[in-house]
Amino acid sequence: MAKTPRTELEIIEQFGPHLARATGIRAETGAQPDALVKTHCCFCGQQCGIQLKVKDNEIIGFEPWTDFPFNKGMLCPKGVKRYLQNGHPDRLLTAIERDPNSRGGFRPMKYEDAIRRVAGEIERIQREYGPDAFALLSGASLTTEKCYLMGKFARMCLKTANIDYNGRLCMVSAGAGNKKAFGIDRSGNPWSDMANTEVVWVSGSNVAECSPITTNYLWQAREQGAKIIIVDPRLTPIARTCDLFLPVKPGRDIALFNGILHLMIENDWLDHDFIENYTVGFEDVAAHVAQWTPRHTAEVTGIAERAIREAAEMWGPAKSSFLLHARGMEHHTHGVQNVLGAINMVLASGRIGRPGCGYGTIVGQANGQGGREHGQKCDQLPGWRDITNPEHRAYVAGVWGMDEKEMPGPGVDAYEIFRKVEKGEIQGLLSICFNPKVSLPDSHFIERMLDKLEFYVAIDFFLNDSARHADVVLPGSLQEEDEGTVTQVEGRVIKINKAVDCPGEARQDWVIIQDIARALGREKGFTFREPREIWDELRIASKGGVADYSGISYEKIEAQMGVFWPCPSEEHPGTPRLFEKGSWNPVAKGAGPFYFPDGRARFNVAAYSPPAEDVDADYPTILTTGRVVSHFLSGTQTRRIGPLVDQYPEPRVEIHPRLAETLGITDGDWTTVRSRRGEITLRAMVVRTIRPDTVFVPYHWAGRKSINRLTIAAQDPISKIPEYKVCAVRVEKAAGPPDYAAELEPQQ
Amino acid sequence: MPVPERMEFFIDPGRCIGCQACVQACSECDTHKGQSMIHLEFVHRAYTTQTVPVVCMHCDSPTCAEVCPADAIKKTGDGVVQTARKPRCIACNNCVLACPFGVPKMNTEAELMMKCDMCYDRTSEGKKPMCATVCPSQALFYGTREEIEAIRPRSAPTHAFRFGGQTVTTKVGMMLPRRREAEYLDVTAAMHEEGRGKAILLNMLEE
Repeated sequence: MAKTPRTELEIIEQFGPHLARATGIRAETGAQPDALVKTHCCFCGQQCGIQLKVKDNEIIGFEPWTDFPFNKGMLCPKGVKRYLQNGHPDRLLTAIERDPNSRGGFRPMKYEDAIRRVAGEIERIQREYGPDAFALLSGASLTTEKCYLMGKFARMCLKTANIDYNGRLCMVSAGAGNKKAFGIDRSGNPWSDMANTEVVWVSGSNVAECSPITTNYLWQAREQGAKIIIVDPRLTPIARTCDLFLPVKPGRDIALFNGILHLMIENDWLDHDFIENYTVGFEDVAAHVAQWTPRHTAEVTGIAERAIREAAEMWGPAKSSFLLHARGMEHHTHGVQNVLGAINMVLASGRIGRPGCGYGTIVGQANGQGGREHGQKCDQLPGWRDITNPEHRAYVAGVWGMDEKEMPGPGVDAYEIFRKVEKGEIQGLLSICFNPKVSLPDSHFIERMLDKLEFYVAIDFFLNDSARHADVVLPGSLQEEDEGTVTQVEGRVIKINKAVDCPGEARQDWVIIQDIARALGREKGFTFREPREIWDELRIASKGGVADYSGISYEKIEAQMGVFWPCPSEEHPGTPRLFEKGSWNPVAKGAGPFYFPDGRARFNVAAYSPPAEDVDADYPTILTTGRVVSHFLSGTQTRRIGPLVDQYPEPRVEIHPRLAETLGITDGDWTTVRSRRGEITLRAMVVRTIRPDTVFVPYHWAGRKSINRLTIAAQDPISKIPEYKVCAVRVEKAAGPPDYAAELEPQQ
Repeated sequence: MPVPERMEFFIDPGRCIGCQACVQACSECDTHKGQSMIHLEFVHRAYTTQTVPVVCMHCDSPTCAEVCPADAIKKTGDGVVQTARKPRCIACNNCVLACPFGVPKMNTEAELMMKCDMCYDRTSEGKKPMCATVCPSQALFYGTREEIEAIRPRSAPTHAFRFGGQTVTTKVGMMLPRRREAEYLDVTAAMHEEGRGKAILLNMLEE
């Protein structure tokens, strides 16, 4: 029975998070590395090229990799300090299992015994409750090889339908919207296309903190004459000097897109030829946006009418443009509709598929793109194939050498997995690269569900906050301890290179998964000897699919410094820009540049609906959440790196002085934020850079500092993304400091 | 090998996003590991996200050196003002107090003034300084004058700064917009309601 052991403080003492700082050889002047390994950062989807300095199987620092074309040596503070996760004192060096008598609640166990125990529990749970009663949660920070293997492990080895991944919290709205409009889910253009464009529209993306390297692309576009439009409830660092800032009320983006399209139609800022020859569905959308007059748009979005008109005047008549969006408009119960609204604006302009004319979604995780293409989503098979499509099933079953009839059908999304735990339909869980207790909304519920499981095994390199509830934790690998590929924000497949070996009894994640398969006596299909063998099978499994990787070899990636998919043959150079007129794709087969049988893009009516939980008299303020630049996701890694914690030690609640004044709160005051699901007490940060009807709290912290105890588990009906960006809260000045203030270090 | 004369350092606060990549990377430099020589200042966080990275401006007549009673602060032939010479520095703090840009830092443990030396170990080998290499917004830029003029047409470098009666000329250039006045924006000014803040200048960067 999974349960957190002992007290929080005892677990922290044993397993951290503690802070690593540069000491020993890492602090020595003139320390010469044995090797400089060219690879990429382990954090976000920008996937900056970086060189790691290695000495005696330890990473002792970094050197910029100025030749890599995307970032040319640029890095954010996370990339600069990422080396400090290596050789960390909190590192899990053995498997551990729950033991109430051990300090911290776990005792070390032999790796082989742990694997046997895990296999035994999987077998027992599946025998007693059926194959779907054992679920898998995977992640998009894994290499594509591992993501592929996880999907295969679920369908072929465990034969469970229930696998999903943490991209469910990240890219699924963008992916679903892109599939509906373009038939393919990938940024349409390389970022270099931004350099020669008249307007860049950025919706819901705090580029400066969440994808810092994109900043230089924006600024360079501006230097060459582009206007920058930023849509955000907060005046972020890039909004500060943009040309037009639209402070949208959280959850109302779609109204803005419809309002802009309304003005484009009214002023005939349309590409009639493009609409006529390359799209379908414009008339229905045009009829729908007739109601979105500037006045109505202003009332719903909370943006001044003159600013909306000015945005349309910048966007409408431009000859070239680039639209970018990210989680700010995707983390909604209508996230897919928001994406469709944005795409409608692009399609009506006809400005896509050409140099300087583009569209992109900014991925959040290292492999946010590749991790969502090859089969670890609950409804998907490799190559962006559909698990309900008989032809797709037959093809992949053929590659895997399994009977198609034995392959399970679609499972449920990551949040629904926990609802199934509550119903007793899921009794066992394996998680890797996922920290649901910190990452998922309404996390008190998640915590209870982790405790309800009959058996929970986590694979991780540190004891993350969810793994504290596990029965067994298997010591996995850091990014720098393995090789493989990831696909970054532009759709460029790049190579992660191994710098050091796993310490102690830690194992590369794909080895652990295969060891479990062998212990189950089902090792057929799980006998890969190195990531390259997994990659070569993945290439075949993706062949002919929309996300066709078949022509991408490790050698080609190294030679070209990345290969843009689709790349359907060895001779094919890859596809940096999608949707070029005259281009061929396997769905349209020459009928047009978009990935539908008729080759045409789809306009989709994007109907406005308010957030699932709007404000009311009891909870009168909007809560929105997001990131800060020195932390990443649930903080499992960055909350262990001293200099990154120094930069932003603890979460604060950003609040406009107008709201703060009415509540009697001044800068630095302890402030309690309550929702219907939970409460949190943090210091206030009183700033004029946020809407007065909204407060912001970053989500990287755990336990009593975790804002996801308050967020709502409402999900988009199509993408199943949770509505992290809007829920209703009540804010008040706290009577005094919270109890954690005296007990915990900032990162804990 | 001296730092090539054609290579110059430029700071463009209009681009800075406050990410502190420069601060973090500076502390990874081989000559002063663990210590960052860069200051990253929030101008007035309550009002704006504006930040300014402060590196040494490498003055033509460095005030820090002029006020040093021990003659510990030297400028190289190629114009780079260096950290105080360890055998000479008496840790008196004169330079820290006198520098008009607030650059030198007193390392009390080592009893030594330390400051940005434009990554002399890197720039003298033909590399860029660490901060300008990693800076994601390129608010810190290292390159030739021709390069910066070609890629930054909206702004121009200045090398002269007036502090009261003192005019300081510097090796490092500060990029200034060709035409613009500073504004603090309040989110409420662009909202659909009665504006209470200072009116937003919507086209604030339009020529």
